[in-house]
Amino acid sequence: MSEIVVQKIKERFPDSFLDSYSFRDENTVIIKKEDLVAVCRYLKSDPELSFDFLSDLCGVDYMGRETRFEVVYHLFSISKRHRIRLKAMVGEGEKISSVTGIWSTSDWHEREAFDMYGIIFEGHPNLTRILMPENWDGHPLRKDYPLKGR
Amino acid sequence: MTEFVIIMLVKMFVIFGAVMLTMTYITLAERKILGYMQIRPGPNRVGPWGLLQPIADGIKLFLKEDIIPDNASKAVFVIAPAMALIPAVMTIAVVPFGPEVSILGRNVTLFMADINIGILYIFAVSSIGVYGIVLAGWSSESKYSLLGGLRSSAQMISYELSMGFAIVGVIMMSQSLSMVKLIEAQKGVWFIIPQFLGFAIYITAAIAELNRTPFDLPEGESELVSGYFTEYSSMKYAMFMLAEYINIITVSGIVTTLYLGGWHGPVLPPLAWFVIKLLIVVFFMIWVRATLPRLRYDQLMTLGWKILLPASIVNILLTAVFMTVFG
Amino acid sequence: MAETKNMILNMGPQHPSTHGVLRLILELDGETVVKLTPEIGYLHRGVEKLGENLTYHQFIPLTDREDYIASLSNNLAYCMTVEKLLGLEIPPRAMVARVLLTELQRIASHLIWLGTFGLDIGAMSLFFYCMRERETILDIFEACAGARLTINYFDIGGLRKDLPVGFEKQVRDFIAIFPERMKNDYERIFQDNKIVRIRTEGVGIISKEDAIDLGLSGPLLRSCGVPWDVRKSNPYCGYENYEFDIPTGKTGDVFDRYLVRMEEMRQSLKLVQQALDRLPGGAFLADDPKICLPPKQKVMTEMESLIHHFKIVSEGFEPPVAEVYHSIETPRGELGFYIVSDGSNKPYRLRFRPPSFVNLESLAKMAEGKLIGDLIAIIGALDPVMGEVDR
Repeated sequence: MSEIVVQKIKERFPDSFLDSYSFRDENTVIIKKEDLVAVCRYLKSDPELSFDFLSDLCGVDYMGRETRFEVVYHLFSISKRHRIRLKAMVGEGEKISSVTGIWSTSDWHEREAFDMYGIIFEGHPNLTRILMPENWDGHPLRKDYPLKGR
Repeated sequence: MTEFVIIMLVKMFVIFGAVMLTMTYITLAERKILGYMQIRPGPNRVGPWGLLQPIADGIKLFLKEDIIPDNASKAVFVIAPAMALIPAVMTIAVVPFGPEVSILGRNVTLFMADINIGILYIFAVSSIGVYGIVLAGWSSESKYSLLGGLRSSAQMISYELSMGFAIVGVIMMSQSLSMVKLIEAQKGVWFIIPQFLGFAIYITAAIAELNRTPFDLPEGESELVSGYFTEYSSMKYAMFMLAEYINIITVSGIVTTLYLGGWHGPVLPPLAWFVIKLLIVVFFMIWVRATLPRLRYDQLMTLGWKILLPASIVNILLTAVFMTVFG
Repeated sequence: MAETKNMILNMGPQHPSTHGVLRLILELDGETVVKLTPEIGYLHRGVEKLGENLTYHQFIPLTDREDYIASLSNNLAYCMTVEKLLGLEIPPRAMVARVLLTELQRIASHLIWLGTFGLDIGAMSLFFYCMRERETILDIFEACAGARLTINYFDIGGLRKDLPVGFEKQVRDFIAIFPERMKNDYERIFQDNKIVRIRTEGVGIISKEDAIDLGLSGPLLRSCGVPWDVRKSNPYCGYENYEFDIPTGKTGDVFDRYLVRMEEMRQSLKLVQQALDRLPGGAFLADDPKICLPPKQKVMTEMESLIHHFKIVSEGFEPPVAEVYHSIETPRGELGFYIVSDGSNKPYRLRFRPPSFVNLESLAKMAEGKLIGDLIAIIGALDPVMGEVDR
């Protein structure tokens, strides 16, 4: 089922589609971050896909890569019961559009990704730290943030 | 004259002592009964069956550090607990525990005073107790206390009305405001039977006056931590507790007097009957506490103003009609 | 009239009914909540960071400490994610035992919820009745794993050790008493109570669309009338072979959440019954010496097993370079784990999808404009576990 999703994204957004792969029946699509909102809107509104539920949103730090961070979106469709993983790469200091306008639940998730990785979500209503104190230095889940001895 | 003073003094000490003792053991009874209702043993470590628990609690409260918050209005903060406790103790003066008995060849009444406006006196004095709570809430400079104080003033004023109206029926039937006359009027039939509606209203309003579950909003711990006495500690806290439990005794005493026939009853001496009835009312209050959840603020007000107050007025009318037709 | 100002009330992090260290900044107009800002993070222990620095086996006990009310469910979610990453087959006995125990865990968790919810709205006695039954379940867990709260019983590949002797009887005893207790002790004292009804009905309503938009899952979503349960939509552990219903509510108010959870306890009991009836014999741990710890007997007697044991404990195993996401239905909703593996013995990235965190986000929407008393009932019905929210 989710192969169709990948196909549809590829057909609809040939320019922003970067890569896709599948592992243990889980499909991952990597898209350009510039078109993120458009792709997400399409995924939610297309009646055949109808990804109405954002399961999870998180950041991953690939230190040493050209574009350092990845934002990973786990989408689920409650009516169609399929899942897809959407990824967008974002470099250090770069901005990525917020998807709070599409799924309200991403509000806290994006704040957490900002808190933990320093990824800046453009258009987020209140991008402040959520788990760490307001005056905390650094972003704890970055790979160059030491485990102890700070 | 000297004899009168001596008798009064002795009675004062005896009644005050007895009430204080009963009160401390009501705290234990409450914990024990709640415990058994909630499949747990309750206090059972201090003394046999936990019997010394209230004394241990007392000592603990005495020895606790007395904290006055920095921002509190100190004078008011200190006076407030006394304002709650003193009226509570004062009301006991007119609770008739028993009729005239003869001790050491003297005829002694088992109550401090039988003033001809006994019931009005109780209402007047117990209303002062509200000030203690309101002032405590206001002077603590704590938001939880303030909310608790606000809630309790609103609650007490609302419920005082229906409480007052509820007993009008009883007064109409007994034709007197004196507590003793009220009891004497119940020689044949206890007022709980002709005045059942009034009884139901009165006991509901009385539980609300006492700030007990399901009307414990002023101190609703899941909402306001401890309400008006959040900031109190040590003996000041204990004074609020004392006031609360003495009020329980007083209210139970009033219920017994007004509706349960006071000291009337077969076989046993009058005093015993009075105490038994009083304890049954206390047990009822504990039972309610174990069973019912808490009302919401607006629901509490609705109940007070829209249900109890009209019902109590209806009760007065019904009593009047009843008395005109049959009496 | 004098100008009035709204009062700011700081509720928590130490407050009797914020279920842990939740802090709410309330703007009050009298008793009405005008604005509500949750402040979280007081229990943040950096578990995701720790996970990146521990081997796959070492991380299992930490999952217990997330949702500590339902620790077995967390164990399960993590172990299943790693198993998915490795492509490991689980022996049937372990599969059935997992269903059985997590369903018991669901009942235990809902019992705590019911008790504390009762306390929140002032019904004191219910709590003790709930704890009595929960105690029976915890006794079963104790017999299995030796622990009662942080159970840590599931292992990558199956169970940590076999089910104990007398397990079946213990569970059957529980099945025998529980329905009656539910009916007599909880429903009769609580559900039929007029005050409970007026405190819960029509309170904290959230619409279907809002619930999905806000990412609510579990009983909260189902109470709005969305019949979504991961156990049905993406069955794991062989849930497709069991017979059970997904209870849903109609209005999405606090009372519906109560009803849904009560019915879920009944369904869970049904599942426990079915699992117990079909509990097969055989191995309780997958037979893969590179991944699963060998039994102590073999470690003591066989050289090879000793080496495997040593390797697993000291180095762990190396899964393929890949990423997986797996989610299960915990008592609180969809709990997902997202693991990125770089082929080393430690996860490159380990991410929780904590249901309580997401559910808590909707608190402002549910409670703004309501009274403080309602807010307490709504928090109670939300059932947040702060260990999981803050991680």
